Amino acid sequence: MQFRRAKDILASRLMMSLTIISGLIVFLMAFGLYLKSRPILLEIPINQLLFSSAWKPLGGKFGFLPFIAGTLWVTAVAVVIAIPLCLLVSIYLSEYAHRRVCEWIMPMIDLLAGIPSVIYGVWGMLVIVPFIKDIAPKFGIFTSGYCVLAGGIVLAIMVFPVIINVTIEVFKSVPYEMRQAALSLGATKWQMVKSVVLRKALPGIVAACVLGLSRAFGETMAVLMVVGNVPIIPKSLFDPAYPLPALIANNYGEMASIPMYDSALLLAALILMLVVLIFNILARIILIRVERITQ
Amino acid sequence: MNRRKIEENFFKFLMILATLIVVGSLVLILGTVVYKGLPSLNLSMIIKTPSGGFYLGKEGGILNAILGSFSLAGGATILSIIISLPVVLYLNIYARKNSFLAYFTRFSFDVLGGVPSIVYGAFGLTIMLFLGLNVSLLAGIITVALLELPLMARAMDEVVRMVPQELKDASYSLGANKLETAFKVIVRQTLPALMTAVLIAFGRGIGDAASVLFTTGFTDSIPTSLFRPAATLPLAIFFQLGSPIPEVQDRAYAAALILTIVILLISIVTRILKKKFAKHTV
Repeated sequence: MQFRRAKDILASRLMMSLTIISGLIVFLMAFGLYLKSRPILLEIPINQLLFSSAWKPLGGKFGFLPFIAGTLWVTAVAVVIAIPLCLLVSIYLSEYAHRRVCEWIMPMIDLLAGIPSVIYGVWGMLVIVPFIKDIAPKFGIFTSGYCVLAGGIVLAIMVFPVIINVTIEVFKSVPYEMRQAALSLGATKWQMVKSVVLRKALPGIVAACVLGLSRAFGETMAVLMVVGNVPIIPKSLFDPAYPLPALIANNYGEMASIPMYDSALLLAALILMLVVLIFNILARIILIRVERITQ
Repeated sequence: MNRRKIEENFFKFLMILATLIVVGSLVLILGTVVYKGLPSLNLSMIIKTPSGGFYLGKEGGILNAILGSFSLAGGATILSIIISLPVVLYLNIYARKNSFLAYFTRFSFDVLGGVPSIVYGAFGLTIMLFLGLNVSLLAGIITVALLELPLMARAMDEVVRMVPQELKDASYSLGANKLETAFKVIVRQTLPALMTAVLIAFGRGIGDAASVLFTTGFTDSIPTSLFRPAATLPLAIFFQLGSPIPEVQDRAYAAALILTIVILLISIVTRILKKKFAKHTV
């Protein structure tokens, strides 16, 4: 009898410590990256790191501006493509489509979420890049196809599942009675969606988009493979770009040989992480509120 | 009246179009991978390791990457189960209903799940430096386990949370303590659904490239030791695609097809398990 009790207490202590430790991993990550990027933060002022576009690791110049600009560009393109499409799909699946249609489409969206980013990259190189290369001359632009637009399109597809899944969950939280009230007043289905569902779900939709945005922000391999990786500030959709994650991934090999280089790359990782963390925390807080209202 | 009807139909048309685009992109991706990969897929790809001149288009296969990926993702998944199962059981059985710890841990996992894999890679690197590890299978397993942790823990949490209170009460009333209830009743009851969580995490682990880039490295030989670098499928695809030689690129497509098939299989098994679980839910 005593033995069983002792086992229970011991297990509960163990499990509690494991829970506390794993809950703290986020902080540990941020702290670890901060420690490793401290040397460069001490050496070079932060505004020079963020807003200078001189990138000469051998000369000790580390300006992240082109990479930050590249990340913002591809993320923006992805979000602009993804948000309207995802909203339409979510409305269709939650309000219009027959249950059986949903049963067919939802697994496909889950599968889209499960495809590894390298596969997206391969596909982007095989389909999107040649497509842009062929179509750009019609607008009087010549490009290799490896550009911001290619990265944006591939990224948009990668964030579809994130935005759609969260948005559908949010739509579910809109009370059924409100829909019926609108319909009984003579609204068409679309009027009901527009004036009841969308309005009621707006905060949640924003959260879904923010989650999608932060997913796009940190995506590495797929973007790296289609975006060209030229460290310039892109001026148009057809310019190549060099996003932050690609910078980290491409230079891991040589970073040990150049002073401060490793520190600079880990700083890039820290910047990425902090931005994504802020986005995620905001989105999660909104979603928790939405959930609480419905309960 | 008429305008309302037109608006209704217009938006309905747009919605169906958008849905077709989303579904179409999935079909297009899978189609492209199969179309490009199938012609170069053959037996020696799967059962041979790269031999001399492999990267110039000569003999060999990617057995090293297949075995490497499975041992990496397998090891990481086991490590991740060891951490997440106790955490989830603690959150749902031991922790009080509105405890701060439970709230905080769930929130923290949600946020951790959004951290990009390249950041895990960079963090894995700092762990390696801290532990004095070299680029190795073990370093990769630790990093990927961290990557899988939030995904697995949240998926398991959703499952265990659904277990009805009556089931726990029945177990307690028979004299079982919390530990016995956790492992002998709850885990057994939810096993198929817990397996889906494990599989989803495994799929994420096997497909991830950015986190293993720094930590696991790449090698042409079959993984034999935890302390040596190992090859992985995503990186095999990535490196071979970078080659200017068409034969090598074709192999990258074949490797991409192999990886896609693995992911598809995981997805199918997950669905079957989910159906099975739905039958047994109380």
